[in-house]
Amino acid sequence: MQPVESHYFLIVGAALFSIGLAVVLLKRHAIVVLMGIELMLNAVNINLVAFSQYDPDRIQGQMLALFVMVVAAAESAVALAIVLQVYRHFRSVQVDDLNELQQ
Amino acid sequence: MVQLAFYGFSALTLLGAVAVLLTRNVMYAAFSLLLTLLGVAGLFVLASADFLAVAQLMIYVGGVLVLVIFGVMLTHKPDSRTNGGSQTPNRIPVLNRSNAFGGWAVGFLVAGGLFVAFYTLIARSSFALLTRPVGWESTVNAVGRQLMTEYIVPFEIIGILLLAALVGTTYLASVKKA
Repeated sequence: MQPVESHYFLIVGAALFSIGLAVVLLKRHAIVVLMGIELMLNAVNINLVAFSQYDPDRIQGQMLALFVMVVAAAESAVALAIVLQVYRHFRSVQVDDLNELQQ
Repeated sequence: MVQLAFYGFSALTLLGAVAVLLTRNVMYAAFSLLLTLLGVAGLFVLASADFLAVAQLMIYVGGVLVLVIFGVMLTHKPDSRTNGGSQTPNRIPVLNRSNAFGGWAVGFLVAGGLFVAFYTLIARSSFALLTRPVGWESTVNAVGRQLMTEYIVPFEIIGILLLAALVGTTYLASVKKA
């Protein structure tokens, strides 16, 4: 089974990170902004796994990717709770409407 | 054959991400994110990280995505005065243009410039290890061994972090009696 060159993994990771950054910059819905952050974390995971291919004994890249995954899950749970509170407070989750600290 | 699978999973990943970027519907964005996460799981398998692929499916597809869809449903507003307004840019100072087109242009400029910078960096660099041929092997044994020996402290810390996130999320999402 011939492995794929790691350059391609890195390029896919770079493209995914750029698209995630564009989602975070351009979208207005708070949950879609969260999805952009998840895309960027996935791009980082692809890079870590691609480099971990050359470290088969102590797979440090894969371990770090595992921890990134768990932290991302915790982060998305907390962020969605904050989004719920923001929705209760402002009756909106469009980040353009959230221009005051108190209402 | 492996090359073909790699290109297929890459296309799935990138097309899902582009669909998240371009769609106006938040629900469609969530399902496009599902496509992207599945493609990333396939890429993990091709990079000989089978345990991580299964973890990706369970954590992201089974956990995060369900959470995101719950969030979309709980924050849905029937009488939306900004109809389909997920398309106009955020009002951060860089993007503060009068029309929506300027915001899109600046956003694409930032993201595209970042991608061009990454691409030239990857194309110019010559990693000494990357030309070494490696075979495909399962990493479940190695992951279990590493988690119980070298990474035992981060493993316990991540458990405490998950507990704290769980308790904090329940507290944050609860309705406070003001």
